[in-house]
Amino acid sequence: MSKIMTGAEMVVQALTDQGVTHLFGYPGGAVLPIYDALFHQTKVKHVLVRHEQGAAHAAEGYARSTGKVGAVLVTSGPGATNAITGLTDALMDSIPLVCITGQVPTHLIGSDAFQECDTVGLTRHCTKHNYLVRSIEDLPRILHEAFYIARSGRPGPVVIDVPKDVQFASGTYAPPKNIQHKTYQPQVKGDLAKIKQAVAMMAKAKKPILYTGGGVINAGPAASALLRELVQQTNFPITSTLMGLGAYPGSGPNWLGMLGMHGSYEANNAMHDCDLMICVGARFDDRITGRLDAFSPGSKKIHIDIDPSSINKTVAVDLAIIGDCGHVLEDIVRLWRTEAHQPDKKAMAAWWAQINKWRARNSFGYKKSDTTIKPQLAVERLYALTKDRDTYITTEVGQHQMWAAQHYKFEEPNRWMTSGGLGTMGYGLPAAIGTQLAHPDSLVIDIAGEASILMNIQELSTAKQFLAPVKIFILNNEYMGMVRQWQELLHGGRYSSSYSEALPDFVKLAEAYGMKGIRCSDPAQLDAAIQEMIDHPGAVIFDCLVDKAENCLPMIPSGKAHNDMILPDTGEDIGSVIDDKGKMLV
Amino acid sequence: MNAQAALSPYSSSAGKTERRETHVLSVLVDNEPGVLARVVGLFSGRGYNIESLTVAEVAHLQGLSRITVVTSGAPETIEQISHQLERIVPIHTVTDLSLADAFVQRELAMIKVRGKGESRTEALRLAEAFRARVIDATTESFIFELTGAPKKIDDFVELMRPIGLVEVSRTGIAAITRGPLEM
Repeated sequence: MSKIMTGAEMVVQALTDQGVTHLFGYPGGAVLPIYDALFHQTKVKHVLVRHEQGAAHAAEGYARSTGKVGAVLVTSGPGATNAITGLTDALMDSIPLVCITGQVPTHLIGSDAFQECDTVGLTRHCTKHNYLVRSIEDLPRILHEAFYIARSGRPGPVVIDVPKDVQFASGTYAPPKNIQHKTYQPQVKGDLAKIKQAVAMMAKAKKPILYTGGGVINAGPAASALLRELVQQTNFPITSTLMGLGAYPGSGPNWLGMLGMHGSYEANNAMHDCDLMICVGARFDDRITGRLDAFSPGSKKIHIDIDPSSINKTVAVDLAIIGDCGHVLEDIVRLWRTEAHQPDKKAMAAWWAQINKWRARNSFGYKKSDTTIKPQLAVERLYALTKDRDTYITTEVGQHQMWAAQHYKFEEPNRWMTSGGLGTMGYGLPAAIGTQLAHPDSLVIDIAGEASILMNIQELSTAKQFLAPVKIFILNNEYMGMVRQWQELLHGGRYSSSYSEALPDFVKLAEAYGMKGIRCSDPAQLDAAIQEMIDHPGAVIFDCLVDKAENCLPMIPSGKAHNDMILPDTGEDIGSVIDDKGKMLV
Repeated sequence: MNAQAALSPYSSSAGKTERRETHVLSVLVDNEPGVLARVVGLFSGRGYNIESLTVAEVAHLQGLSRITVVTSGAPETIEQISHQLERIVPIHTVTDLSLADAFVQRELAMIKVRGKGESRTEALRLAEAFRARVIDATTESFIFELTGAPKKIDDFVELMRPIGLVEVSRTGIAAITRGPLEM
């Protein structure tokens, strides 16, 4: 029912009507009316972060782990600029967010007022869409439209910049009803003729591979179930990007492990040698393809994606199907079944025999040690001790992130929250808090590095205040490990500014926040220490002292092709692998 | 794009055709604040070229404006530009006119020429041949208004240069498909 209310009340009412349970934010002058409206209600719980970047990442963790839209509220000027890293992160990884920013009153816009910045100008490039609300009459429509745009199509962040006078103004609020946007109409159903063609190509394939990405996760749990059914019916091997982990179970028989720069030998070689690649909801990112002119040279490629601009962006494909992964997979599974297709059994047997040879290379293997904890071992043991629990994993960015992706097996979608596209150090802790608040009874672990965790360490206060029992599992090698590894690769082992100097005592840091601190450096004590972390009812910082020199392998060095990987057991000198052209790449 | 980036094996130019084409894109947008910034920002942010850009309201009641962009690049790049434009929320349609059956394009230019005596007569004679109109005149100058395809304007400007070209102001092109149908 329509109702007269202030702009600030409309914001809170719209959040309620859109099903927002948690709003991550930080107050300031230009959003005080909205904070006042929040004060008068109990439906939307405000989670006070300690830095606006943390608000955006916490909302991302919330969104990624629930499939819902994450909500953020920040003030004008520095509030908005601090949120920009999180917004960009959400844009790169297609995470639905609605971020409401306060703005100076309309008559002061453009006057360099206190805490004024051009928020819509600054966020134009890091949002799916943004709005400056100039009049109270527009506010209800914009609020509902923002949620619709954030969650539909290829999801992404939407900013609504609300000047303070609009927050005070009164107007008529109407709840959301079937929102139809006049220009924004994403295509969700795939073209059936093309889907038929895809199924025919699949039936004829002799060396097929499914390459799936975050689009399958974004399409909802039903899409993951359909993907599993398709794999089961076709017996096709399957690999996935970092963002797509969990869509197909990590323990499944057809799983090849993650692909790409730090992907498995079998996944990358199968991508290189396949005769049919079926890309579902992934975007041929440079971490995935490696050298483009040597990328899977002999294959036909099918690309299923909801975003037409992803098609032929970096890799030309033979068949493109625009649509939601869930809808398209549903059609494919149905056609495969009703047309009674059978994979070419003989060819598939030969293909799997080849894949198993690659698998036998054990590319995620590493040298065991009795004296120091190998980071890979730490993740393996963490997996072994948490796999039978209701567990969510977030990460920061760097070596620990790749080791987590390699050694932690995800059985379900929405259990893995990591910063893929933007590679944002400092993502993991706030994301863990957002995830934990959405799943209060679950075990939420941030697999971190000692450098990344310090980037948003202030969020320990948020965890403490909102009783989020997150477990921060730091693989502490006293280096920005991935930077150190690249300096070894490219710059003769000159570790310029990559040593983690002047680290805090993480155990004491935990204690300073009233949390539990655990330190472990002995492989023999590791299981007991991890168990102690799991069993502790509150938040824990686990300072896991690991091998300082370990490199994250296997690796496709920059500028090389999928079948040209550095493997863990080939040679010690990785400093001579990359040529001058490769050195220019990131 | 700098030379280093062009060499990169990650560059999206790898495996693409060397051929560069010039295309005219006609973009129908909601006439709302910031929409032009979104379009221009897309071109600069992703490193695409703008050779000319024209924008004006075309349907007041529906609040629609048309942006006509002339851009150049490999055919794959131009396809990518169209798709990237379509992602912008207040954009209704993107039509690559260069892929359409046929279209007409016109540009308006104002050309200021300075001179006395024989050169004045020469300028007027050439203007007549190009069907340029005189819209301002002093004893030592003319301003010509000329409408046509960009090439015709280029040609006229080149002819005026030795006579006493002062400066030129051009609108960039407006374009529309031939025949009875909407774009």
